[in-house]
Amino acid sequence: MVRMWTDLLRGLWGEHPIFRLVLGMCPALAVTNTAINGMTMGLATTFVLVTSGTIISLLKHFIPQRVRIPSYIVIIATFVTAADYTLNAFWHDIHGVLGLFVPLIIVNCLILGRAEAFSSKNTVKRTIFDSLGYGIGFTWGLVLLGVIREVLGFGSIFGMQVMPDTFYNWTIMVLPSGAFLTLGVLLGLYNMLIQRAESKNKVLHTVKTASEGAFTDESVY
Amino acid sequence: MMGGKTAVDTIVSSSPHLQSKETISGIMYTVLIALIPAVLVSIYLFGMKSLYLMLACSIFAVATEGAVQKLRQKEVTINDGSALITGLLLALTLPPDFPMILAILGSVIAIAIGKQAYGGLGHNPFNPALVGRAFLVISFPVEMTTWTKWVGPVGAAIDTQTGATPLNWMKTEGIMTDYSALFWGNISGSLGEVSAFAILLGGLYLLYKGYIDWRIPLSVLGSVALLAFLVGEDPLFHLLAGGLMLGAFFMATDMVTSPITKLGRWIFGLTIGFLVWLFRIYGGYPEGVMFAILLVNMAVPLIDRYTAPRILGEVKARG
Repeated sequence: MVRMWTDLLRGLWGEHPIFRLVLGMCPALAVTNTAINGMTMGLATTFVLVTSGTIISLLKHFIPQRVRIPSYIVIIATFVTAADYTLNAFWHDIHGVLGLFVPLIIVNCLILGRAEAFSSKNTVKRTIFDSLGYGIGFTWGLVLLGVIREVLGFGSIFGMQVMPDTFYNWTIMVLPSGAFLTLGVLLGLYNMLIQRAESKNKVLHTVKTASEGAFTDESVY
Repeated sequence: MMGGKTAVDTIVSSSPHLQSKETISGIMYTVLIALIPAVLVSIYLFGMKSLYLMLACSIFAVATEGAVQKLRQKEVTINDGSALITGLLLALTLPPDFPMILAILGSVIAIAIGKQAYGGLGHNPFNPALVGRAFLVISFPVEMTTWTKWVGPVGAAIDTQTGATPLNWMKTEGIMTDYSALFWGNISGSLGEVSAFAILLGGLYLLYKGYIDWRIPLSVLGSVALLAFLVGEDPLFHLLAGGLMLGAFFMATDMVTSPITKLGRWIFGLTIGFLVWLFRIYGGYPEGVMFAILLVNMAVPLIDRYTAPRILGEVKARG
């Protein structure tokens, strides 16, 4: 059970997909101009991560080593199509805004990365916890980016006005350059927090990662 | 990159080395002196509000520099005057009625993002003041293009009214402004750009002190004038209008963000001039000096690399 928790928590903080691994930059920069867009994209990615991870983990002994990447892509694409149609049917407005970026979840390095590094080598149970961790980690990252950009760019959070009327909207935050600015500042802050935490319990940390098998050992990056 | 006379092609030699008495703060305070005419003209034309804007931008630029350096646990070097110059230059590119709070935001961004995020003085690829201005132009396009038209000196019966800048007049209505107005500054525009005379005075002083290289302003201004003439526009008008003078003398010549070789400086200036001409004649904005300088700033490491002098005895690579 302890193992499940570490699988879950890894993606939430220590190996955060956006701020630590810097994966999935395309959606992180392109669709986070409002909080709701970021959240939808994050949840859709989480759905694909968990479902495709489960299937890949189930099929790990049947997929020939040589064609594993195309096989993963086919599995991922299946669930992305499902997510795309579901969004289009039930949340049509948001689907219109996200548009092309929903099908592009297929090529999100985060999903293929977890498939290759984790799902294809571990049990279904562990895969589900791992995918959930990374999915939720990705989602909170996108929501945080979206909230900051929406507050400064539109003066609202999830469409609700929070800034007074006298507030001048920072139009740049809604534009792509605002995404880069926000992400850069957040990456810097995240690194600062991680470094502070690491220097505080340096000995503890090295022992911990060595015994549990750090991310780099099982990954292909 | 800082220190020393600017017009040098780097020669590496054995010791003993000559030591320059010039310091960063010495250079920065000379630039400050060179800006005095432009500052005085803007106070005369637009009144105390322009002084307040300049003070706010300068104070917050210096404060941001100190705060970020504290945060980064670096030596606090706010006394060298470089942040002060950035703040003041940013203020000089703002419209007179620009909201104070946004001007402060711009100067914080200029120092924090444009300068300290890259590692501080000497490491920034872009002119920090222009980074701040670009941020403001993109974020607050309405406030940044609400110009106050000059009617009479402060205290005259009619104070000021809003109006378009000479470049706007030309672009949208085809109306030209006469040269003397452009030269002395009784036009609408940013605080520091209106009077070509005041900028020339400061620019010539910097040239005399040797802190800026004549090649950069000459190539920027020359190429704009020549290209404007070639397409049948009035070259003198293009030289005097807009932020070209301020950009050519005070922004493009920034020691950190301009090339170090003589040839590199020609290439740098000519490219800026070409882009200014392109943006003014064919672009969507009436003015393009800021984006031109920022774009070419980006190419400076490349220019430096390709114009670096060969080491004595080095054979030219075949290619």
